[in-house]
Amino acid sequence: MKTINALNVSCYRHLNEEIDSTILTGTKQIVLNNVCGQRYIGRGLENNIKIQIYGTPGNDLAAYMDGAQLEVFGNGQDSVGNTMNTGRIIIHGNCGDTVGYAMRGGEIYVRDNVGYRCGIHMKEYKEQTPIIVIGGKAGDFLGEYMAGGAIIVLGLNLKDKNDKIVGQFCGTGIHGGVIYLNNSHLYDKSVFGKEVLQSNINKTDILFLKKYTNSYKKFFNINFNIKLELFGKYIAVGKNPYSNMYCNY
Amino acid sequence: MLNEGEVRIPSGCAISGIIDRTGCRFNGNDIIKSITLMHERSNGLGGGFAAYGIYPEYKNFYALHIFYDDFNIKTETDKLLFQYFDIAKDEAIPTQRLSTITNQPIIWRYFVVPKTSQLQDKRISDNDFIFNCVMKINKDYNGAYVFSSGKNMGAFKGVGYPEDIGKFYMLETYEAYMWTAHGRFPTNTPGWWGGAHPFTLLDWSVVHNGEISSYDTNRRFVEMSGYICNLQTDTEVITYLFDLLIRKHKLPINKAIQILVAPFWSEIEKLGNTIKNDLKCLRSVYSSALINGPFSIIVGCNNGMIALNDRIKLRPLIAATKGSKVYVSSEESAIRIICNNPEKIWAPKGGEPVIVLLEKEQI
Repeated sequence: MKTINALNVSCYRHLNEEIDSTILTGTKQIVLNNVCGQRYIGRGLENNIKIQIYGTPGNDLAAYMDGAQLEVFGNGQDSVGNTMNTGRIIIHGNCGDTVGYAMRGGEIYVRDNVGYRCGIHMKEYKEQTPIIVIGGKAGDFLGEYMAGGAIIVLGLNLKDKNDKIVGQFCGTGIHGGVIYLNNSHLYDKSVFGKEVLQSNINKTDILFLKKYTNSYKKFFNINFNIKLELFGKYIAVGKNPYSNMYCNY
Repeated sequence: MLNEGEVRIPSGCAISGIIDRTGCRFNGNDIIKSITLMHERSNGLGGGFAAYGIYPEYKNFYALHIFYDDFNIKTETDKLLFQYFDIAKDEAIPTQRLSTITNQPIIWRYFVVPKTSQLQDKRISDNDFIFNCVMKINKDYNGAYVFSSGKNMGAFKGVGYPEDIGKFYMLETYEAYMWTAHGRFPTNTPGWWGGAHPFTLLDWSVVHNGEISSYDTNRRFVEMSGYICNLQTDTEVITYLFDLLIRKHKLPINKAIQILVAPFWSEIEKLGNTIKNDLKCLRSVYSSALINGPFSIIVGCNNGMIALNDRIKLRPLIAATKGSKVYVSSEESAIRIICNNPEKIWAPKGGEPVIVLLEKEQI
């Protein structure tokens, strides 16, 4: 275990180089203190590395990450988990816009809220299925152009009945993957993009939700009871809707 | 060099702002620290600041900040200024030599009031007189550019990284109750001194991250009221829209916001009848003032600050409060670096303004 103080490390390259050289010495666990805005922390990091981050990491945290585990004690900024491949990110706080941007695999857990366009164009292939679990609420355009994987929104911090778990235009342009929203069955259709289809939740879904809500409880050490059968499930209306967009043969 | 509008370079930007609601003044160190943190969002082709409350000893005078390409055009412009204005003081804006700041123009400031005889002849208000004069110089005096023209405020900008521009103008020597800053990564156009943000007119200033795809519609709209878009850059037109709607048309700020980032028709349809009709009227009358495209902006004026996103939040914006101060920025870390433990920190929704007015008017 090694501790790196990021205070006054104004250039993100220097911080990331220090992380790289620490890993080269065989250290598997790193604690970063006083992080403030440094970008690309954990970029491309591979298996078995664990980093605890105290402060506010900069944009594109864990970009292209490939197996490492990052835990942030603070808020994330924009594009957390940009195009990440495998691994896990745990955020003890809120996140900015485009969480899980084009994510290809791995897991992101956000304790509280996420901004706009969470899960934009996330995708899956064979055993690679990205998962985003959000404890609070999500902003507009959740799962925009989503092509695979799963987004689960728990809405644990809703203030009252009128408070919505998700913003407008949810799932706009979705053509793969699944979005689960807690207790959303009464939501007006206008909340969703026109490519979204509400589907019935089945036993497999409940098992899936149970697995990931349990992980959420464990990572954040929170206990709560929610009725998993009340989750709304949203998928794409059709398969491959853009196949004729650029050519017609 | 090819100027603004003659070449296209696609690209991002950084914005930051601090205001003390009580009007208490503080120097430029914090705003420089905040914008410096977002170094990667700029590329060295433009940086700038707006500062409010910096000229209390000349608070009844318009502070004209002007860039000149050479002394010939300065002499020519001076003739016009001395003919139109009573000038309390004129001087070079103090700067310090830095290796990172090159090709600077002549940078001059004048504290002026329109001559009474001029106003009587033309029968217009002081503000309109200044407005006409700024438009005239920027259009007809090639090589002269008025980049700041408000009372008790000023813009400081140029080509370079914002941290260097702040040092260049020695902003630690000024005290303001509100600061805004911009780091430029020129979108669509090359960096030149006049093209750096903020863009100002009278006491309005705008720093902007993004691009305005409705630019030409907006430009044609403000041109009908005598605004001339000389700089062929999208941000300029936002400044003029605020001036037109709020100063000239005397609309309250919230109405102006409902015009600039009007709710979608589908949203308007869901509302109650009174508000629905209201919004429909605004969208109909002012359809050409709708700003479209990705943007986050911080607008300054002598009453306070407005931070605003486009309706679908295509650019980042974070706000925070602590005590009497309100902070807004492109990144949360740029606020936390100057504000330990903010009382509240949040991401405003698209089209939802953060409006911070001074508790009492400063002028």
